[in-house]
Amino acid sequence: MTQFLQQMINGLSLGSIYALVALGYTMVYGIIKLINFAHGDIYMLGAYIGFIVTTKLGLGFVPALLISMVGCAIIGMTIERIAYKPLRHATRITALITAIGVSYFLEAGTQRVMGAGVQTFPNVFVNETIMLGNVRISTQQIVIFVVTITLMVALQFLVNKTKIGRAMRAVSVDGDAARLMGVNVNAVISFTFAIGSALAGAAGVLVGVYYNSINPLMGMLPGIKAFIAAVFGGIGIIPGAMLGGFFIGIVETMVAGYGSSLWKDAVVYIILILILIIKPAGLLGKNTKEKV
Amino acid sequence: MKTMKKVFMTAMAVMMAASMAACGDSASDSSGSSSGVKIGLHYELTGAVADYGTAELKGSQLAIKHANEAGGNYIEVVYDNKSDTTESVTLAAQLASDGVVGVVGPATSGASAASYQILNDAKITVVSPSATAINQTLNPTSGEVYDYVFRICFEDSYQGAAMAQYAIDTLGKAKAIVYADNASDYAKGLADAFNAQFKKLGGTIVATDYYSAGDTDFNSVLTKFKDMDFDVLYIPGYYNEAGLIIKQAREMGIDCEIIGPDGFDSESLIDLAGASNLNKVYYTTAYTTVGASPALQAFIDAYKAEYNEEPGMFAALAYDSTNLLIQAIEKAGSTDPEAVRNAVESINFDGVTGSFSFDDTHTPIKSVLVVTLVDGVQGDAVAVSPDVD
Amino acid sequence: MKNWFKRTNLLWLALIVSTYVILNVLISTGIINNVYQTVLLTIGINIILAISLNLIIGITGQFSLGHAGFMIIGAYSCGVVLKLVAGGTIGVLLGMLIGMAISAAVALVVAIPTLRLRGDYLAIATLGFGEIIRIVVLNMEVTNGAAGLILPKAVSWHMVYWAMVICTLVIVNFGISAHGRACISVREDEIAAEAMGINTTQYKILAFVIGAMIASVAGALYAGAFYVIKPEMFTYSKSIDILVLVVFGGMGSITGSFISTVLVSLLNTALQQFSSVRMIVYGLALVVIMVFRPSGLLGRKEFSFDALLKKFDKKKGAAS
Repeated sequence: MTQFLQQMINGLSLGSIYALVALGYTMVYGIIKLINFAHGDIYMLGAYIGFIVTTKLGLGFVPALLISMVGCAIIGMTIERIAYKPLRHATRITALITAIGVSYFLEAGTQRVMGAGVQTFPNVFVNETIMLGNVRISTQQIVIFVVTITLMVALQFLVNKTKIGRAMRAVSVDGDAARLMGVNVNAVISFTFAIGSALAGAAGVLVGVYYNSINPLMGMLPGIKAFIAAVFGGIGIIPGAMLGGFFIGIVETMVAGYGSSLWKDAVVYIILILILIIKPAGLLGKNTKEKV
Repeated sequence: MKTMKKVFMTAMAVMMAASMAACGDSASDSSGSSSGVKIGLHYELTGAVADYGTAELKGSQLAIKHANEAGGNYIEVVYDNKSDTTESVTLAAQLASDGVVGVVGPATSGASAASYQILNDAKITVVSPSATAINQTLNPTSGEVYDYVFRICFEDSYQGAAMAQYAIDTLGKAKAIVYADNASDYAKGLADAFNAQFKKLGGTIVATDYYSAGDTDFNSVLTKFKDMDFDVLYIPGYYNEAGLIIKQAREMGIDCEIIGPDGFDSESLIDLAGASNLNKVYYTTAYTTVGASPALQAFIDAYKAEYNEEPGMFAALAYDSTNLLIQAIEKAGSTDPEAVRNAVESINFDGVTGSFSFDDTHTPIKSVLVVTLVDGVQGDAVAVSPDVD
Repeated sequence: MKNWFKRTNLLWLALIVSTYVILNVLISTGIINNVYQTVLLTIGINIILAISLNLIIGITGQFSLGHAGFMIIGAYSCGVVLKLVAGGTIGVLLGMLIGMAISAAVALVVAIPTLRLRGDYLAIATLGFGEIIRIVVLNMEVTNGAAGLILPKAVSWHMVYWAMVICTLVIVNFGISAHGRACISVREDEIAAEAMGINTTQYKILAFVIGAMIASVAGALYAGAFYVIKPEMFTYSKSIDILVLVVFGGMGSITGSFISTVLVSLLNTALQQFSSVRMIVYGLALVVIMVFRPSGLLGRKEFSFDALLKKFDKKKGAAS
């Protein structure tokens, strides 16, 4: 039982990261139906911005988190303007290839500028271990969890209670109709990229702090996993992405903890395929009938 | 008109891309008119294992620089195999047609296996800094040793067996857990050899699990290990993951001895794990700065002066490989393929990673050192020779 | 029968044979040296991969991101046969057949549940399947796990060339057959096709299985030509690389896939010297191409002698 609880905590910490990245995927997909393959690399850039802020400027955790979020928001908007905006009406596959191109560009560019090797993220705050019975929780894990939940609550508020949030929801339901109603669709899409990228940036810094190891290719696998999380919860649905993120994190941990870690990725993919076959709209999604 | 604009824009973009490419440091061959001896450097400079290739390139370039300062005339022909085996095949053919006398590299076994057959057929002497895989220097079809392929690192099996020997004889351990990198043949060879020797000497392997290179989260598996009854943890793999595993294990309260291979040898291990977590950590290596010889100290100083960072094992091995090749060329007194190859085979080399000669599989005969870490600093180095059959 | 010897068919035959003869002469005279021979091998194998994916994506309109999974099956079938059963050409051919059989079976298992999905969902599901196949190979004993297999060279460029020709003929003829037309109708409008009485699921599966089998041929050739196979070479990045070739050439255009594969390989070779910026340029090039020419080089058009001849005839007619 102790081991199970301990594994749950491990899974929740890992899941927090996936959830934060998944949110960006789900928002972008919801609004322009694009699998933003470069999203995992935004997360990587977030980690590098955090790294530069803490090592070169010597700032602490909170400034690093905020600067990284702002930086990623700007990068995300810029990418959208340059690479995705001209393709608003292109086929999905074209947009997907563009996203892959952006992803290669960011990875190779970071390798060139920051070096291909692993960089060590500094310890920005003292990591202590708290014992709850026999279960260990580190302050890092608590910080990750708290930051994630805070950001998610803020996002929920933003999307459901504010004017821009309503505009985002309108564009995601029907972009053309929203335009007719006077919504500045381009601005809303930019804003969505900014928010999604900022969340990925935050995830990057959290990962840097938690594992203290970052590298230019760190975004590839978590990017895919986060996308799976988004699909699992129902792509386009914000609570779904959180649910999916935590679920994938916990499943991975449990498979590694009780089975063999060789199969943890395979299990994640199998879950993805099962959910796609059984309920393609995702756990929280509504099935829609196709109209002729 | 619109198409014209598009064509123009595309042309602009292509030109921009091209000029960017041109601005980049073309790490390529500076061959051409001059008549020096060409040495091919065939490394993983981009891609998954760029880390190791880049370090080795620095070591090799330093060696060539030193040789040229000492009056030699060596030209480096640098290629990046992108950590990709297909690319390695093309590059091996490229190096053969470039007329290089010898090749140093690649850093990893996969790229090496893809290159050796071609280079061997072209009679180009290869000195590998770090292709440690079992039977790497043998032709896969005939099982015979490649005439022109040599390596200066010991085989994985030897190192794994040495660690098992040390764990049982010196540390007095009997129950081991093996937590191996499943993405590299290096780790696989080490784990197999360790298992075999550990069991042979009467120990038990309590559990074996795997991680993949690039993983950062090891908590779940370590949590599982924590409840098991074991007294030593063997981590065959590289420092990038090993550093994180050690950190997470120590933070979790796993405080038994942690042992590993020469893949631990890097400053990064200390950065990643944190110095205070690096106690009771032992690893096998051929390279240690403990009681550094004057030659080694000179190398370290020169490396620091050149690149402004500490050299690691990979850089040192590449430095030695390149020097070995240069010495052999000088000893042969010509660039005749056979003469160079014979000179390499019969060499008694005295380098920064120790003195050695080659056995009949073109693998060096040198003893394995077990280094002890105390607060992340190399405390002690003991030579171990495992009794393997 | 007469149909077989149409002017265009004869022209194509002449092109195939003359290309072969010219390449042969260039190689024997040393103008194409060893370096370019390996480039030729890569081009040939990539063409097979690209056209087999084009059958699935371009002709049938099913977005698959798991093509590397079928390549790995072919590569390992061939690798294991070369290692354990027989070497040389016989080994490659035997491995190729086994690979095709396994691929067909696996493709059926993958296709039946997933091809009900549409668009992006299908892409992600196939990506998942591709990765699962790879992880299975990674954990098998006979494949030697992560270390992979080191193999003798057993495939010459002659074999790759003729395999490429045969695979192309199979796909082109499938495309213009009644089945192929049915597949195109699925691509154009699935619901309309269904309303016309076409069993869409059946055709999707058919195209998927043929594509998978041809991809495994490419895998087998790769194993015989490039000395080393490892599971890490067949990740979804490999599937993406193949996809890029197809999209760049134009989805649905087989000749487009040929042109794009040759261009990308040459670009790659040319950029070899600028290793550190090569991937940056590659990424940038992808974005630029997609932004300015989203339908790829040829779109859905094919290069055809028919059209060329017609133009020629017209000119002649106008002149006289």
